[in-house]
Amino acid sequence: MNMRAEPPVGQKVRVATASLAGCFGCHMSVLDMDERILDLVERVDFDRTPLTDIKTLGPCDLGLIEGGVANAENVEVLREFRRQCKVLVAVGACAVTGGIPAMRNSVPLAEVLDEAFVHGMGLVNPGIPDDPELPLLLSQVHPIHEVVRVDYFLPGCPPSADAIWSLLTAVLEGGALHLTWAQLRYD
Amino acid sequence: MSGASGLAAEHGGAHADPARIERVLRGSLAALGRGPDTVLQHLIAQQQVFSHVPDAAIGRLVEELGVTRAQILAAVDFYAFLHLTPRGRFDILVSDNITDRMLGNAALMTQLCDALGVRAGEPRADGRVSLDYTSCTGMCDQGPAALVNGLALTRLDAARIREIAALVEADTPLAHWPKRFFAVSNNVHRSGLLLGDLETREAGLAALFARGGPAVLAEVERAGLRGRGGAGFTTALKWRFCREAPSENGHADKVIVCNADEGEPGTFKDRVLLSAYADLVFEGMTLAAGVVGAKTGFLYLRGEYRYLLDHLEAVLARRRAQGLLGTGIGAGEGPGGGFDFDIHIHLGAGAYICGEESALIESLEGKRGITRKRPPFPVTEGYLDRPTVVNNVETFLGAARIAEHGGYWFRSEGTDRSAGSKILSVSGDCARPGIYEVPFGTPVADVLADCGAEDTQSVQVSGAAGVTLTPDEFHRLLAFEDLPTAGSFMVFDHSRDLLDMVRNFAGFFAHESCGFCTPCRVGGRLVLDLVDKVAAGAAGRHDLDELRDIAQVMRRASHCGLGHTAANHVLNTLDKFPHIYRDRLRMSDYTPSFDLDAALAEARALAHRDDAEAHLAADA
Amino acid sequence: MSNDQQRSTFTLDGRRIPFTPGQTIMDAALAAGVYIPHLCHKPGYAPHGSCRVCVVRADGRELSACTAPAAADMSVESEVADIRALRVAVLQMLFAEGNHVCPACEASGNCTLQAVAYHCGMLTPRFPQRFPRRAVDASHPDVILDHNRCILCELCVRASRDHDGKRVFAVSGRGITSKLIVDAPSGRLGDTDFSAEDAAAHVCPVGAILPRDEAFRVPIGQRRFDLAPVSRVGDVALDPDAEVLAADAESEVLA
Ligand SMILES: Cc1cc2nc3c(=O)[nH]c(=O)nc-3n(C[C@H](O)[C@H](O)[C@H](O)COP(=O)(O)O)c2cc1C
Ligand code: SF4
Ligand code: SF4
Ligand code: SF4
Repeated sequence: MNMRAEPPVGQKVRVATASLAGCFGCHMSVLDMDERILDLVERVDFDRTPLTDIKTLGPCDLGLIEGGVANAENVEVLREFRRQCKVLVAVGACAVTGGIPAMRNSVPLAEVLDEAFVHGMGLVNPGIPDDPELPLLLSQVHPIHEVVRVDYFLPGCPPSADAIWSLLTAVLEGGALHLTWAQLRYD
Repeated sequence: MSGASGLAAEHGGAHADPARIERVLRGSLAALGRGPDTVLQHLIAQQQVFSHVPDAAIGRLVEELGVTRAQILAAVDFYAFLHLTPRGRFDILVSDNITDRMLGNAALMTQLCDALGVRAGEPRADGRVSLDYTSCTGMCDQGPAALVNGLALTRLDAARIREIAALVEADTPLAHWPKRFFAVSNNVHRSGLLLGDLETREAGLAALFARGGPAVLAEVERAGLRGRGGAGFTTALKWRFCREAPSENGHADKVIVCNADEGEPGTFKDRVLLSAYADLVFEGMTLAAGVVGAKTGFLYLRGEYRYLLDHLEAVLARRRAQGLLGTGIGAGEGPGGGFDFDIHIHLGAGAYICGEESALIESLEGKRGITRKRPPFPVTEGYLDRPTVVNNVETFLGAARIAEHGGYWFRSEGTDRSAGSKILSVSGDCARPGIYEVPFGTPVADVLADCGAEDTQSVQVSGAAGVTLTPDEFHRLLAFEDLPTAGSFMVFDHSRDLLDMVRNFAGFFAHESCGFCTPCRVGGRLVLDLVDKVAAGAAGRHDLDELRDIAQVMRRASHCGLGHTAANHVLNTLDKFPHIYRDRLRMSDYTPSFDLDAALAEARALAHRDDAEAHLAADA
Repeated sequence: MSNDQQRSTFTLDGRRIPFTPGQTIMDAALAAGVYIPHLCHKPGYAPHGSCRVCVVRADGRELSACTAPAAADMSVESEVADIRALRVAVLQMLFAEGNHVCPACEASGNCTLQAVAYHCGMLTPRFPQRFPRRAVDASHPDVILDHNRCILCELCVRASRDHDGKRVFAVSGRGITSKLIVDAPSGRLGDTDFSAEDAAAHVCPVGAILPRDEAFRVPIGQRRFDLAPVSRVGDVALDPDAEVLAADAESEVLA
């Protein structure tokens, strides 16, 4: 816990973000930081992120993960982030607990796929796809710390911009994350 | 009492037609009455005859006893030996203590499953037989052991399993099975103060009659007798508290309970005491009744010892005939005579927690065995809120001899803080497993030498909840001030993998947690999952930190002694035998909580894929 | 001698707390306006001691404040680092045991489990989530019983038995398979004599027993624990300072 993400003096902090089984709401919340984002841009460079459209990931100081782990591709992306990022953060309810996508865990996978691809409404070409390009689903959706080590957890659906700011401050300074009562929310 | 709890003539999967259910119910109602506290005993009676508790019986019990259906379902679901759906007509439960495992119970289970064409946990389609594992049945010195329709089977081996399979296939009633299958030996290898004298003279009671309760209490106090069930509370103090506890109708409604739940894995000495020294145990209970002024007594007998029921009922009947139980006990024989007291046997139904005294009392009241909060303590508010003394079998036996011979006699052995002797149940890797009575203060090494243990790697003192010792500690003393023990003494030689022990204990505690409090209910399961992960070679360093942390949370925050001690074995082995964990760790410090590739198996099958992309490597 | 002088005191994190004989540490603390985190406890209900969130250290011994009798001059530690950590672990166990999806839960903002976890500064459920498959019982016209959220606190069991004079609920099974059941042959709440007027309908600290008409009556963000932390409104006797409530709570820094 509490690894320090600060780069050598004079360099910017390299940040990568990814959305696994999530809704991009947490990414939106990052953009929601108003003028503070300018302050942030002063200090950070973005690597792979849906915000910048860079697809391959290089070594980074900080990785922010939104969303839980639902399929094989999520696992691969998450592992790549863990390999490349000095500090990895679970951002938002889905990354922290599995969240809304994990509500499918109460239904057997066979029924989930059946509903989506075989007997669901309005299907043109029913049948469970077998295309190797498509990532296979895990039998359950898991929070990301069940797959890789996570350095910081920031709950919230989505976490408020204030909470994200507290997180970034903690990460950049290498301290423990302290949230105020108003910042700590699970919903 | 025997109508309900006695060995029913018909048992094991009788057809549950309404008339028959009614007949069994009438029988148990006649024997036990209609108090709400009798519900568990009625359920046990139904289970014994029909191999389950039929729904119609539940409806009738709701009418007769005024309990709710939910309360009955809750109890059936709590006790391992009660079921809502039929078990096989022959319901065989293989004892699964670590000592049974060391003696090869798993192979025997497989053999029996194969021979009978049945899977563990699922009754055979024809309803003839069901097989499953159960927690330690208290036959560790003569295992591998099992229960068939509640009766103890000992010394199982491949030949015996073949015979059992044939008897089941031939539908041979248990009464016609070879008697030797059910033979239980006492295996007393060393006798001391208590076991050396088998004779019953009722001299303790004579002393009570002649000298009165206070004099006997003073003698027990002088002896420094401490409870033999584990906690080591001073017996005289407990009796005094109960004696002085106010009760609504004077002394009349106080209660004496003998704790014969003996559920701690590796303990079996109470079984021997009840087999060979039952009179002394009942004498001790009667003494306690005379001292505290109790009219009602219970022997809470673990379900696994049901085979002792007929014998114990016979002893009680004889004692009643002798005027040693009933009304006016010792009338005219002195100031301490002339009181009323009787003893009823209540059966347990497969729940280790019911050995904890307040859970035991809940169970006596017919409920799930959930530990009560303390205070109040049983001595002031116990069975049906009456002042109640709960003591271990061995404690009552000791009290009887102390009343006879005096406190100084007892003090002649043992240490200052641990007077007298301790009866040990020795099992595991040794030449002579069985019962050893040693003076308190005896070093572990002496017991090992005595029982013929060689090349010993570890001893587990005081059961799964106890302490794991390394050879460096074998000089330590069995005594409350060093190694307190309820008597379980399990020996492991160097051929053993102690992680097998840890897995066995973790499984035991997860299964036996009553579920009342969070740390034990959830923590016990988390510990089991982590230990299994270690055993599967899937754990990283982080998991060991988590194990330690969860174990501490259980120890510090649980509601009762079960949770407080349930992870001792984990903490002990992490400290003293770290290699059993370390040798199996993955390279990476942090590993997934689940098997990633296995988690894709279902999707692979549904999508008919097996390409490289359809798999995930265990390591990143 | 005045009443005040007769009362003994103990210290709770250094503060003097008066108590009367028979009061538990919890009773006395709440009456004095000092909060000790708790889930299965509720003033007016028989102390239970099952959730273990109220663990404190009293004269060196760790015990549950809701069941431990207060004693004169006892020194009790509650909001200290290691006890807080213990509480977080217990809360994490509860979150990992059931299915708690706060963003999709009707109780969010009114939920004591959530509020206590905020108070204790829990950031992650940490343990592998068990994701049990549990039922939602919608058979009752006025109340939904969602077993996914149940934390087995038995407040409903006690409310029904001790306050409503009914015996609608019971906990069945043992260990991790323990579950709440209701008293009907069908096993469904709609077939019991349960009513939305029962105390048991309003006592659940989480979102397991949900009166239908109350759902979303108050929007998220304006609910009980959205407005003030549980340490101010969680059964504590209000003192004059309570006015500050949310205002200074907002800036309160958690663990
Ligand atoms: C989980 C647990 C299981 C116990 N099992 C037994 C038991 O099987 N037999 C027993 O005598 N005491 C057992 N005890 C101890 C009893 O609670 C109680 O202390 C004892 O019966 C008192 O008798 P004693 O003072 O004669 O030892 C157990 C305690 C716990 C916490
Ligand atoms: S520690 Fe808690 S869950 Fe475990 S047996 Fe005791 S009361 Fe039950
Ligand atoms: S019951 Fe409480 S903790 Fe559980 S999901 Fe609902 S709001 Fe969250
Ligand atoms: S339903 Fe609610 S009140 Fe009842 S036991 Fe579950 S959490 Fe407690």
